[in-house]
Amino acid sequence: MIKARWLFAAAAIVLAPPAFAADDDTLTIGMTLSQTGPLNIDSLAQQRGAELWRDQVNDGGGIKAGDAHYKVRFVSYDDQSQGGRVQQLYTRLIVQDKAQFLFSPYSSGLCATAAVITEQYGKPMLITGGAEPKTYTLGNKYLVQVLSSADHYLTGAINALEAKAPHAKVAFVYSDDPFSKAVTLAAREQAKESGFTIVLDESYAPSTTDFSPIINKIISSSADALLGGGHYADGATLARQLYDQKADLKYVSLLVAPDSPEFASLGPAAFGITVPSQWEIQATYKPQFGPTGPEFVKAFEEKFKAPPDYHAATGYAGGALLQHAIEQASSIDADKVVAALNGMDVTTFFGHFRIATDPGHHGLQIGHEMVLAQWQKRNDQLQREVVWPKPAQTADLLYPLH
Amino acid sequence: MLGIIASIIDGVLVGSVYGLAAMGLTLIWGVMNVVNLTHGAAIVAGMFALYLLTGGLGLEPYAALLPILIGGFLAGVGLYWIAVYRLIGRPPLMTLLSTFAVNLVIVGLGTAVWGTGLFNVPVSLPGVTWQRYTFSGTHIVAAVLTAVIAALLYLFLYHTRLGKAVRAVANNREAAELAGIPTTRVLALSFGLGVALAGAAGMLIATMFPFTVLAGDAYQLKSFVVTALGGLGNPAGALLGGVALGLVEGFAAQFMPVSWTLVIEFVLFVAVLIVFPRGVFAFRRT
Repeated sequence: MIKARWLFAAAAIVLAPPAFAADDDTLTIGMTLSQTGPLNIDSLAQQRGAELWRDQVNDGGGIKAGDAHYKVRFVSYDDQSQGGRVQQLYTRLIVQDKAQFLFSPYSSGLCATAAVITEQYGKPMLITGGAEPKTYTLGNKYLVQVLSSADHYLTGAINALEAKAPHAKVAFVYSDDPFSKAVTLAAREQAKESGFTIVLDESYAPSTTDFSPIINKIISSSADALLGGGHYADGATLARQLYDQKADLKYVSLLVAPDSPEFASLGPAAFGITVPSQWEIQATYKPQFGPTGPEFVKAFEEKFKAPPDYHAATGYAGGALLQHAIEQASSIDADKVVAALNGMDVTTFFGHFRIATDPGHHGLQIGHEMVLAQWQKRNDQLQREVVWPKPAQTADLLYPLH
Repeated sequence: MLGIIASIIDGVLVGSVYGLAAMGLTLIWGVMNVVNLTHGAAIVAGMFALYLLTGGLGLEPYAALLPILIGGFLAGVGLYWIAVYRLIGRPPLMTLLSTFAVNLVIVGLGTAVWGTGLFNVPVSLPGVTWQRYTFSGTHIVAAVLTAVIAALLYLFLYHTRLGKAVRAVANNREAAELAGIPTTRVLALSFGLGVALAGAAGMLIATMFPFTVLAGDAYQLKSFVVTALGGLGNPAGALLGGVALGLVEGFAAQFMPVSWTLVIEFVLFVAVLIVFPRGVFAFRRT
């Protein structure tokens, strides 16, 4: 009798419908979020951008595909900033939650892991949180990168430095993770082509807490400029210690960390630091669909009581591009939507969008351009200004820093 | 060459704070044979206590040290009664799991309240500049305060009745009990002291570097390496072990890629466990 009860219970669990049963007029988009763990900050911004898009779409009646209108529903889980969780959860999103489209997790490492699963099931995934380009050389068919790839991250920083100091001595100090290494690999070549002398080239473990030995190496190298960093915690610590140890660099460009509004909490240590950015509030692109930059910023600030950073903009842009592709395809069929994305050459508030379609690089973003922002003081308040490229400038680059 | 010397000095300054953190861990182990896995959480609690005391109450950063030591001690005594008391004398795995669970709860609560974003406590202290190299004022003050706290701990353990009781319990709990020492209270006191030291170390670290709720793991790991170097249960050895670790970090980084520093640290950890299982600085058990 007891055995029979257990069998009954097991059968009930197996046959139970997914926790969120989808209606026919609902489009289910799955994603994992780093609600806990070290990627929490950037992932949260990306999530907020996507949620703003979802709410605006649903308030406007949903996505139009032919004669049908689809409301958007998100299914998400906490990946704890761990690749191991991502594989399990994307499988669950596709198999159990019946997600029709997917948004990527945050960070290149997690995106690459999730891509293995989404490709296996033939589900389109918009990469809104991973810039590392190698994933796109593996013959994937359903990946679509929304943001500029890592090999373009420091291009603006190098061009801006070249305009000020054509023969600068450059130190590369970067986190030992896939994204930062991919960025530096490309930047190193660009620096050589620009005529810079590379006086230091070092990676550090992402868990590094004390940068004193590295900073002493930078000082010993007599570098004029420092390019590198990694993600939030390490980049902010590096910036603070550069200031505390009076590293006396003329130019510093760090990845990711200085793009967060919280970077201003470093006070004088934040001043003058530049950051390659996928998007800035001051950007003035003329969108072919979706909100303008100021409209996006206003809606975001009303909803979340905080200004958006580029991670938030990327999250929103991913949704807007998917919506446009579905509307163009007049269908929610995965292959038709991917075909529409393949053919899109458009501009949103986030900038230009066009992806490579050759089998060797399918999905790689080739249209979007980055800007370089610098923490400067305006009315005695620290804020980011766009300093490169020239047409997008809101302030001149401060060089040298000291 | 100057860069190497500067890095060694910097390493010693920061390493002394690693030593302070490890003193808390090793004191608890020495007295009650408990590997306290709430150690990392206690370090982070010290960091956030500094953030709240300076940001919320407007206290000067170093004026927060005493309240953090007292608060850490009281929290540690409370933690002892909640998570450790009933498990004393049971297999070591029980206290390991118990303290690990409490660690998860504390970190989980911290994440829910503060997220995993970065926090920074601005401390403006002039540094000391030598040639082109500057030793940060916060690093120097942290090392000095560590030395003061370590000296006070030494005076407490060797020159007070209560401190002698702690050492007696560490040497032989049954014999101490037969001699009339209230061992349960001594154990609670020791746990409180260990957590207070971890909190103080966290506070000093927060004056030097920005931090997150998850920062404790890295320092807990360092504390284990330092404890192995200094000898389990030996607070003086822990301080020397911390200085040695900082020195290795500063020195090694000058001759190889910085990303190798962690590898060197753990090779050292394994080597010390094999060659000096009682610790390099284990002159004698306190």
